[in-house]
Amino acid sequence: MAASGVIVFGFIVVHILGNLQLFAGPEALNRYAAFLQGLGPLKWAVRALLAASAAVHIVTAVQLTVQNWQARPRRYATIRYRATDYAARTMWIGGPIIGLFVIWHLLHLTTGHCHPAGQFAADSNGIINVYNSVVIGFMDPAAAAVYILAMLLVGLHLYHGLWSMMQSIGLNHPGWNHWRRWFAVLFAAFVALAGISLPVAVLTGFVTPA
Amino acid sequence: MDFKLKVWRQADAQTKGRMVNLDAKDISPDSSFLEMLDVVNEGLIRSGGDPIAFDHDCREGICGMCGAVVNGYAHGHQKGTTLCQLHMRSFRNGSAISIEPWRSRAFPVICDLVVDRRAFDAIIAAGGFITVRAGSAPDGNALPVPKDKADGAMDAAACIGCGACVAACPNASAMLFVAAKVAHLAALPQGRPEQARRALAMVRAMEESGFGACTNHGECEAACPKEISVNHIALLNREFIAASAAAVPPRDEIGE
Ligand code: HEM
Ligand code: FES
Repeated sequence: MAASGVIVFGFIVVHILGNLQLFAGPEALNRYAAFLQGLGPLKWAVRALLAASAAVHIVTAVQLTVQNWQARPRRYATIRYRATDYAARTMWIGGPIIGLFVIWHLLHLTTGHCHPAGQFAADSNGIINVYNSVVIGFMDPAAAAVYILAMLLVGLHLYHGLWSMMQSIGLNHPGWNHWRRWFAVLFAAFVALAGISLPVAVLTGFVTPA
Repeated sequence: MDFKLKVWRQADAQTKGRMVNLDAKDISPDSSFLEMLDVVNEGLIRSGGDPIAFDHDCREGICGMCGAVVNGYAHGHQKGTTLCQLHMRSFRNGSAISIEPWRSRAFPVICDLVVDRRAFDAIIAAGGFITVRAGSAPDGNALPVPKDKADGAMDAAACIGCGACVAACPNASAMLFVAAKVAHLAALPQGRPEQARRALAMVRAMEESGFGACTNHGECEAACPKEISVNHIALLNREFIAASAAAVPPRDEIGE
């Protein structure tokens, strides 16, 4: 659970940081996209690792959730919680929703199947206009709203996931235990806000098609 | 004081139970929750009914026998308090109080509020001990233990094994109990020889007993009458990972 989660989240962090190059203009983002596409076998190796991690993450999550539902066959008539939070209680459902988002996201911006302009063909220099693909994609308010919602869910999932991961792999020390929650909150908030900034920038007209 | 109780009544493990309404009348504000149940039980016995079965022993918060989920909280709403140490003055006069047994697949109900906690015994039997000679008491200072280690071990050893962590956990996980036992013994030189085997064997016994798995909600720490920290769970996981990496056999016939 923790190991596969770390790999997927590691990707998301790099991915969203890379995507922030949208603010640097079409050349920067398209050059970055061409660079990634040009990685060849490495690109496929990373894709395979991600797919495997996602599969492991999903299988272990289902096992965990089923085990925990079975552990209390009879529920309480009255139960009150005082420590757990929304993020912790929605891990089991937030995960599948993010999974559905990823599938749609791949059809939207990777293959272009669900994109108003379709997949952009490479120009004579072999450069695909990823910049326009993203900006035109986000100009549809419904699509932008889905991204914003998904990023909020990713933030929640990441916040509890990070905290839980530190517990699961035994990352604690009396000297910095009180920082662990803050680390998870700030890290998750940063990733979510960075992700949200992209559709918001397009919706507000701050970023326009080249 | 008067209260309107809603109590789980279940004749035995086979019978289906249900919540039953009962009145608690003329209760002293200075009585403990268990003493309030005693008064209700005397009334039930006088009127020819069956008293409410509940576990208890020391009634001073140290044995770990008592416990019920009261108004949705394991051991009631007061932090760091066992049910036997919870006083009726902390409830509003005339209020309704719901009382249920610990609910977990690993803790089947025996009768009313009494649950079978032998799953905890199985976990302790799997590794919650040390293999020193059990003769006369050793000299207190024969084995020097640094103050911080001794304090850490004491924090974990405060666990009275009541099961509130399991009861309060949304996953009915016993992780805090196992963590406290492992942390307590791993901190001390006396616990070192079996350290790796202990973590593996106790975690395995926990998994075989039908508890849920920890997803770090933190409800256990909030419910624990001894306020044992979830930091011990990180320590248990570290012990478990280290022991798995060292590949020690989990079921070693210790001492044979
Ligand atoms: C605002 C947020 C996001 C934006 C703007 C974004 C943008 C993109 C773009 C433009 C591509 C296609 C790159 C190409 O054409 O080759 C892509 C691919 C991808 N994205 Fe995102 N993405 C976002 C969030 C996410 C999240 C949250 C996840 C995972 C949970 C994710 C997972 C993926 C995956 C798995 C790929 C495919 C990578 C590959 O081709 O190997 N993305 N994203
Ligand atoms: S009866 Fe001993 S702890 Fe409550």
